Amino acid sequence: MIDFDYVKARDVGDAVNQIALNPAAKFIAGGTNLIDLMKENVASPARLIDITGLPLGEIEETDAGGLLIGALVPNSDLAYDPRIAKRYPLVSSAILAGASAQLRNMASTGGNLLQRTRCLYFYDTTTPCNKREPGTGCSAIDGFNRMNAILGWSETCIAVHPSDLCVALAALEAIVHVSGTKGDRAIPFADFHRLPGDTPQIDTNLACDEIIIAIELPPEGFSSNYSYLKIRDRLSYAFALVSVAAALKIEGGAIKDARVALGGVAHKPWRVSDAEKRLVGQQPSRKTFGDCADILLQGATGFAHNSFKIELARRAIVRTLEQAAAGTPQIQSVKAII
Amino acid sequence: MQLRTQATGGPSGPGLTPKVQVTLRVNGVERRVSLRPWTTLLDALREYLDLTGTKKGCDHGQCGACTVLVDGRRIVSCLTLAVMKDGAEITTIEGLAANGELHPLQKAFISHDGFQCGYCTPGQICSAVGLIAEGHAKTADEIRELMSGNICRCGCYPNIVAAIEEVMQGARTEAAP
Repeated sequence: MIDFDYVKARDVGDAVNQIALNPAAKFIAGGTNLIDLMKENVASPARLIDITGLPLGEIEETDAGGLLIGALVPNSDLAYDPRIAKRYPLVSSAILAGASAQLRNMASTGGNLLQRTRCLYFYDTTTPCNKREPGTGCSAIDGFNRMNAILGWSETCIAVHPSDLCVALAALEAIVHVSGTKGDRAIPFADFHRLPGDTPQIDTNLACDEIIIAIELPPEGFSSNYSYLKIRDRLSYAFALVSVAAALKIEGGAIKDARVALGGVAHKPWRVSDAEKRLVGQQPSRKTFGDCADILLQGATGFAHNSFKIELARRAIVRTLEQAAAGTPQIQSVKAII
Repeated sequence: MQLRTQATGGPSGPGLTPKVQVTLRVNGVERRVSLRPWTTLLDALREYLDLTGTKKGCDHGQCGACTVLVDGRRIVSCLTLAVMKDGAEITTIEGLAANGELHPLQKAFISHDGFQCGYCTPGQICSAVGLIAEGHAKTADEIRELMSGNICRCGCYPNIVAAIEEVMQGARTEAAP
């Protein structure tokens, strides 16, 4: 790590003022990703603004009947919160599929959204990477790209977003509440992360003088028919090759509402509204789920080492929807996929 | 490197961000250290407080060798800045034995042969203390999953799980009326 100085933010207003005044500064909460990036010299902020003293650590009921999760709620507290576990088990399951118990104890909810890709070349400062150093090129396109994107990538970047939680939040249509020097705003989850395009160095639509203060979950938690299935190279504590968050509303044997989001395949959690519409009004069946998967994966293109992900994703989508429809969600401590 | 602040002294030369005073309550004893903001909790424990029981493995949060308890929660100390834990209660492997007697997990790791080289063991044991306090693991599968942040290159996993299971069952028996 190179030299930096350290200050504590007094309140949210102070935090955004400080970051607006010092664009070379970064906020720090759990630090699980940022400290690592600083050790690798991928990130070198001139100042760290410690936001852990801000009053953003509660989970509250909303008037709409949902929950408002403070940005500083640790991942583990969120996963095991009784209201989350009962009403939004997809969120709990996705969190428990990611990282390790220690990292989940440290990592914050807001920080989870802002974690950066684990693309090998983003971390390797001896190689070109447009996300790390715009204009230098993408080493992954012709490199070891097993963990990289099959959807939504551009010629400048084929990195994927590493979060599990974000895949569940995308499926549940969470809302990201942010505060900045120009005021507060609410960002629909689908608009929070972005595709790489020509500016892969920018991961999200959060402005540089804004801070995440809370994540809002809408009332519908799909708690009866959901599953989060994560396929990875190790059985635990590994990033996804492909992950699927599925949530269904089933009434009288027919699907009334459906959400499917993919992780590990793109620069942001991947949803396609036509794929979800294909399920509505249908009886749960392997054929229908396969049609949904085909629509979700339209345009998928792999590279030398990750083309297998397309068929893997197709099968994972079908399996996750079957688990959701049957009310037998994947249990993260049980490694058999039923 | 761009110099932003003048040092107020200390051995590391001019120009660096000044040292800050941090108070950590380590294994029940208040310890005051003067360190720079980039010093991790792991380095503070090992290099400033001479508590070398906590091990540096990968130094990137991937192996769990540096696991300690902060305010009762298990975390990796290599990705934690000491300055951010000012005032916190830290428990390391050195603080688990009480009144000259090993912690039940330390005894169980010995009786189940839960280690070979021993380098990951302080982290494994601190992690297991946290795991039992959290109370979410009930089965061997759940112990395995919730201990997945602690890597053992010697491959002592079956014995580590057996040791933790034994202590967990003992804790449950004691808690029963």
